[in-house]
Amino acid sequence: MIEFRLNSNSGVSPYQQIVQQVKSALRLGRLRVGDQLPTVKHVVGKIAINPNTVLKAYRELEHEGLVAARPGIGTFVVNSYDETTYAAQRTLRRSLEVWIEKARRAGLDDESIEALFVDTFLFSPKELVR
Amino acid sequence: MTSALHATDLGKRYGRKWALSNCTLDIPSGRVVALVGPNGAGKSTLLHLAVGLLTPSSGSLTVLDGKPASSAEQLGRIGFVAQDTPVYSGLSIAAHLQMGAALNSTWDAQLADRRIRDLGLDPRQRAGRLSGGQRAQLALTLAIAKRPSLLLLDEPVASLDPLARREFLAILMEVVAEHDVSVILSSHLVADLERVCDYLVVLAASRVQVSGEIDELLSTHHRLIGPRRDLDSFPETVRVIESSHTERQTTATVRSVDPILDPAWSVESLSMEDLVLAYMGQAEEQRRELVRSKGGGQ
Repeated sequence: MIEFRLNSNSGVSPYQQIVQQVKSALRLGRLRVGDQLPTVKHVVGKIAINPNTVLKAYRELEHEGLVAARPGIGTFVVNSYDETTYAAQRTLRRSLEVWIEKARRAGLDDESIEALFVDTFLFSPKELVR
Repeated sequence: MTSALHATDLGKRYGRKWALSNCTLDIPSGRVVALVGPNGAGKSTLLHLAVGLLTPSSGSLTVLDGKPASSAEQLGRIGFVAQDTPVYSGLSIAAHLQMGAALNSTWDAQLADRRIRDLGLDPRQRAGRLSGGQRAQLALTLAIAKRPSLLLLDEPVASLDPLARREFLAILMEVVAEHDVSVILSSHLVADLERVCDYLVVLAASRVQVSGEIDELLSTHHRLIGPRRDLDSFPETVRVIESSHTERQTTATVRSVDPILDPAWSVESLSMEDLVLAYMGQAEEQRRELVRSKGGGQ
């Protein structure tokens, strides 16, 4: 089960933050097909938001075909992104950790590390070079 | 759809002073309503009228399609927590629950007991020895356990520290998710309410300045920033709420259903707090103008 958190200064609406967090958990394999999303009551009791905000987020995820509501039981993941990448993600995460460690040793602060990563990512080729 | 609260030209006068005037509102049921405004704006007066603790000086008011305090049944459908969440300091928590059971035909003892247990409170403890947050939770428990259709909360979180405030609102949202209940809560702190409410009423200078679904209000209000210019040039569909000018720049908060397409303006969206402040600013400006015009006439 995942826990949601809200960033009130991000400028992203709470309902969109929930949608993004579910999608990100699906991409990273923290949520998989068959898993249940936390109930609306559970979410609002944790992060103090309006129940309709959670329902709206779940409806959007349902509309995109990622989750399905089973009346009286809960909302479940029925579809995910490419699950075959989960194994590769572990090694990729490890090499990123090594890279971040190097960046810190070189004296970069958090914001510089993030800026460098995002900048490199944005300007890298969008297709595989064959 | 039934209304949680329907007011037409509602007014309340204390002596010569109107605490609330020309109040026309139609709040649908099933919402969590933020009743926002500065101190003395008439928030408590409106809530007290809705419970039936006050009677209107003018206009009419129905709550859940009934006249406030017109019958025991009407009273039973409304849960009210007054400002500063009053409890009887000499009585134990258990005695409070007993009293709730004796006074309310619809009392849900199981719900009350479970909530006190979940809060980790000892039923034998005297209410006077509870912390501010615990007292607020006890008052909320009493209001919820009568299983009302409408909960009215007057400044429920104003005196609580940030953590207690968050816990109080989280439990309130659990109640909304679990039971079919409408909520109207007043506050002069907007930041707390932005996440929990879906309907907004701004009261200032004894009048309703704006009301509506928050999503809709946020999508139809814009902040415009551009080179200095007159604001009379807007089409009729654009209403200016507030504006300010420097030598070179004009900033305006406007309400418009249509998007603002004039490229001279850079258009920003508003937060709920921006929106509330703009309407409070408008009310204050109108008040000053009134004072000026009275002064000029003498």
